[in-house]
Amino acid sequence: MVLKPHLDDFKIIGYYLGKITIGIGLFMLIPIVCALGFKEVGPAFDFFIGIGVSFLCGFILTKICFTDKDLNWMQGMIVVSLSWLVATIIGAIPLYLSGHFKSYLDACFDAMSGFATTGLALIQDLDHLSYAHNLWRHLIMFVGGQGIVIVALSFFMKGLSGAFKMYVGEARDERVLPNVIHTSRFIWLVSIVFLVLGTLALGITGLLNGMKVHNAFFHGACIFMTAFDTGGFAPQSQSILYYHSMAFEMITVIIMILGAINFKLHYHLWTGNFKELFRNIESRTFFVTVTIIFIIVAIGLDKVGIYQHTLILFRKGFYQLISGHTGTGFQTIYAKQFINGWNQLSLTGIILAMALGGAVCSTTGAIKMLRIGIIMKAVKEDIRRIMLPEKAIVVQRFHHIKNIFLDDKQVRAALLISLCYLLLYAAGALIGMFLGYPFVASLFESTSAAANVGLSCGITNATMPAFLKITYMIQMWAGRLEFMSIFTLLGFLIAAIKGK
Amino acid sequence: MKNIKNYELRIKNCRKNKIIFLLSFLFCLWSFACFSEAVSSAELIASAKQYDGKEIVYRGEVIGDVMIRGKFAWINVNDTKNAIGVWLTADLAKEVSYAGSYKTKGDIVEVKGKFNRACLEHGGDLDIHANSLQIIEKGKNVAEVISPRKITTAIVFFIICLTLTVIYFIKLGYGNKS
Repeated sequence: MVLKPHLDDFKIIGYYLGKITIGIGLFMLIPIVCALGFKEVGPAFDFFIGIGVSFLCGFILTKICFTDKDLNWMQGMIVVSLSWLVATIIGAIPLYLSGHFKSYLDACFDAMSGFATTGLALIQDLDHLSYAHNLWRHLIMFVGGQGIVIVALSFFMKGLSGAFKMYVGEARDERVLPNVIHTSRFIWLVSIVFLVLGTLALGITGLLNGMKVHNAFFHGACIFMTAFDTGGFAPQSQSILYYHSMAFEMITVIIMILGAINFKLHYHLWTGNFKELFRNIESRTFFVTVTIIFIIVAIGLDKVGIYQHTLILFRKGFYQLISGHTGTGFQTIYAKQFINGWNQLSLTGIILAMALGGAVCSTTGAIKMLRIGIIMKAVKEDIRRIMLPEKAIVVQRFHHIKNIFLDDKQVRAALLISLCYLLLYAAGALIGMFLGYPFVASLFESTSAAANVGLSCGITNATMPAFLKITYMIQMWAGRLEFMSIFTLLGFLIAAIKGK
Repeated sequence: MKNIKNYELRIKNCRKNKIIFLLSFLFCLWSFACFSEAVSSAELIASAKQYDGKEIVYRGEVIGDVMIRGKFAWINVNDTKNAIGVWLTADLAKEVSYAGSYKTKGDIVEVKGKFNRACLEHGGDLDIHANSLQIIEKGKNVAEVISPRKITTAIVFFIICLTLTVIYFIKLGYGNKS
């Protein structure tokens, strides 16, 4: 028998959702400061309206649903899944008011793409967008990458015991430090330190490349935020191709890889334990998959003969590969070149890279390295079991921060999530094909959306069918939250309708 | 007899040469006519193989930064569909006075030069190496136009926010006292 949710459930969910809504509004103060700094009056008004709507909705929700009760698991998961939808709707307000979107749905698409750190964009005439709106696009990626709720946890909730439930709901089931609040603060510390260093590195490179001072550092900050949070938005329509700089590409590759590393591993590197980097199952799996997939991409590109020199082939192939594998989505080629210039083998390599993703407890999407590593270990164990005598005891272990013995529970969980991702990729590809797009292009774009990557082969644009836009939005949402909180929300809705 | 035959053969050869010359001339004229018209960025990207290594004319607005690199420079030219990188001498780049941004409409330029699908000199980038640059339309600073409705809505929301924040802090103060 399905039990109907109690009124208290709605109140608790509404109360915390209200708090997060106010939090999103507070974040809009940053682009307002930017607008005032660059003397952009129109954009400042757009953000005042955005803050107004979020404060109003937030205050109403916290007033109507006021409670001092703590969250349980179900409520925590639902707050997380709903807060991403609310953030999308509210975050899209200033974007839509900028006048750079054909419809509110398009603005919501970009907002969802931003919060989910995907990077697919429907914005029009990006090269004439204001600094304030551009900063907001990159800021929502930074906030989304850290986790919207993590932001709330760090700044607006003190010592809340229900915090861990929301932390898990945002697809982060690993704590770096024993306390979840300390964990989220550590994540912020790492991000801010890297933000300063990354902005400086990219800003100075921009300056040396001939950019104006304010543009160099503005672009540096924006590109850092979206590279470290493996998002993929860029301030100009050409993505990284705008800079025409190998140094810029190399720095972004380093930042993308840093963003794809588990925050637990970051903690060990910060405390001087560099051995962990070489022993960890995730970094080992990442190295193996990058090598194998690069061979596939390189053979494909060599066959098609677009890049005459090995170094050029490496530069173009490796950049798109790392961008796809880390789930970032920066491009140094035009979207249409994937279809017109690359062949199906190299495209398959990139699709594979996008489908696998980076580390767990990082800002990447997709299946992730820990799960791939566990599945590979399980396959190895089964093969060994067949090869060895029946009485032999086969034990498999792996190193992830500590030595762990592989058990069926871990394998089951890894396979289940991987299966969910594969189904999500396939569903988007099927819908794409149903709407008349070719198979490889549909699979490429669908994988890019569901794995929160943002590489595009040209399907994503403002003229694509609204149904496909909504499909990709759902994929980005489900892919970022790794299904559990969305399944909980669906269960809650079914219980609310059918429950007794 | 032999001389007459030779003479006829020579005339035939001469005619053949003339026809070949005429056809070549017409082909040159045709290609000039084809490629002297500005090609769109969408066409360049879609048919990159066809245009690779050819002299083309490309027209659009200079956007972002004019990036001087020693004796040369990069500009990015947007024809409303895509922006393409143009590599040119620093002297030519200095002719650009406005680059498009939020508050600026960039110079509309016409560049003539060699199109590269995967430039060997620039790490495989799709770019144009320009020989000449002509300013078709000078750019300008654009004044912001803000609708009165937007201003009114923003002010109303600002007052509401301010009121709510004040109420929140007053309540917080009472809560702390109690």
